[in-house]
Amino acid sequence: MIKVKDLTKRYARTIAVDHISFEVDKGQIVGFLGPNGAGKTTTMRILTCFLPPSSGTATVAGFDVLEQPMEVKKRIGYLPETPPLYLEMETGDYLRFVGKLKGLSGADLDKRIDYVTGRCSVADVKNKLLGKLSKGYRQRVGLAQAIIHNPDVLVLDEPTAGLDPKQINETRDLIKDLAGDHTIILSTHILPEVEQTCEQVIIINKGKLVATDSVRNLQARARGAESVVLEVAGRKAAVEPSMVQRKLEQISGVSRVVCKQQLDGRAQFEVESQKGFIRGDLARAVVDSGWDLNELRPSAMSLEEVFLQLTGSELKPIEAEPVKEPV
Amino acid sequence: MRNIWIICRKELGSYFVSPVAYILLTMFGLIFGYFFWNALAAFLVESIQMQMRGQSFPMNLNEWIIRPLLANVSVVNLFFVPLITMRLFAEEKRNGTIELLATSPIRDGEIIFGKWLAALLLYVCLLLFTAANFAFLFRYGNPDWKPLLVGYLGLLLQAGALLAIGTFISTTTKNQIIAGAVTFGVCLLLFVFGWVSGYDTSTWAQVLSYLSIATHSESFYRGVIDSKDAIYYVTVIFLGLFFTARSMESLRWRS
Repeated sequence: MIKVKDLTKRYARTIAVDHISFEVDKGQIVGFLGPNGAGKTTTMRILTCFLPPSSGTATVAGFDVLEQPMEVKKRIGYLPETPPLYLEMETGDYLRFVGKLKGLSGADLDKRIDYVTGRCSVADVKNKLLGKLSKGYRQRVGLAQAIIHNPDVLVLDEPTAGLDPKQINETRDLIKDLAGDHTIILSTHILPEVEQTCEQVIIINKGKLVATDSVRNLQARARGAESVVLEVAGRKAAVEPSMVQRKLEQISGVSRVVCKQQLDGRAQFEVESQKGFIRGDLARAVVDSGWDLNELRPSAMSLEEVFLQLTGSELKPIEAEPVKEPV
Repeated sequence: MRNIWIICRKELGSYFVSPVAYILLTMFGLIFGYFFWNALAAFLVESIQMQMRGQSFPMNLNEWIIRPLLANVSVVNLFFVPLITMRLFAEEKRNGTIELLATSPIRDGEIIFGKWLAALLLYVCLLLFTAANFAFLFRYGNPDWKPLLVGYLGLLLQAGALLAIGTFISTTTKNQIIAGAVTFGVCLLLFVFGWVSGYDTSTWAQVLSYLSIATHSESFYRGVIDSKDAIYYVTVIFLGLFFTARSMESLRWRS
């Protein structure tokens, strides 16, 4: 659905996007992940034909953003970081205006307005001024205007930024809900968001593509071998960590055992193996030795750790986004 | 065509949903009414004096009232045009709504023309609002209506040209005050360029005087449609909108 090849965007002094290539299949939700200033917004603006690329190509639904921008624009719904609302308009009038801009008219337009106001739960504020709406409502009206012409592709720039936790959940659910009908590409610098909503992740940093893969693969890739966290407690007396450690190391396939912490007679270990699935063996070894097995879980790395590992940096704004000064 | 109308309707809506349009209408109506009253009073005094001097020279309402009145109103344009145009693009840039327009399947030209047209239609409303004054003139006198219409056409063309310049300037900033102030300055300068012809007759002075937005409206106020002057205004409108389009394009390459 979306094909990006060697996309580059140069500004006067900086390179915002540096030879990025990726593809997005139809119906997917893709998370565009990176610290602030990584080039997410720029890439999205190129995809939506707001900015022209300096070099490279981007096609949406088979149409090139430079050659056939009109065709691309017809097929794309875009929610910029701040929803593009005319604050002096009423919700209904605003959606009608956007619908007309996107080429809808007549009964078709009425139907779509009813549909999107229902879908984004903004029907109750249809006759309210946009300027009087809360941030959550504004965001939902922004989503409603993005999907009003039933576009093939939805481009959402930080759709949950600035919302409260409840609104964030609602917005995420709505986005997941929309995924069936649209190919969605959403940007964020919040990692759990990607884990929760997206199937596919594209990680960029300083304008460069760092990784593109499914969420699951990325976690597995960063983890390498399987690793397990287990907590052992003594039945009667406190366990002796070194004994447990020795016992665990004897199990075939175990390559490394680290005692992570020890309190109140319990001890927590991280066990790595090269063999694959060894959790059964671990459990039996512990129980057979007369200890209690309090906890046994795979230590999946959070995407956060993956991200840090991949970008090799701390997760703080690397380059502050250029502050747009009022002229 | 349809897209132009969509944009134009939306812009007109923005003017009339806020107090902007009503305040402009009120102020313009007040100022115009005061000018009209002054011109009428001067005319009455003059005609009484003429009668006392025993001259029964028939005084022409068009010459004595309409022509100076319209010339005065064209000065008022200088103040009202920036107020109308300053928000056109600056506001969209400030609010980020320009991204909505620029990513919709609609051409830059349609956006620009739609916005300019809305500004022009608002100005037409201002002019129509002033027609009430002339209703009195026609009720109690017998002025010629054709020169009056031509005079109005002149005002409209002049406003159209100034509005096109204002539209262009509005694309260059996201600060409405800056857009308004610069538009006012440019319009005023264009207006007074004609002064040089008063003391200088060099080619340079003639060029400057030709460029002046004021010198080309004289013929209209006299009731004459001079194609040379009409072409001047149409050219300025075209150039203003053309530069607006270039400016919008450059926004995309720079931003």
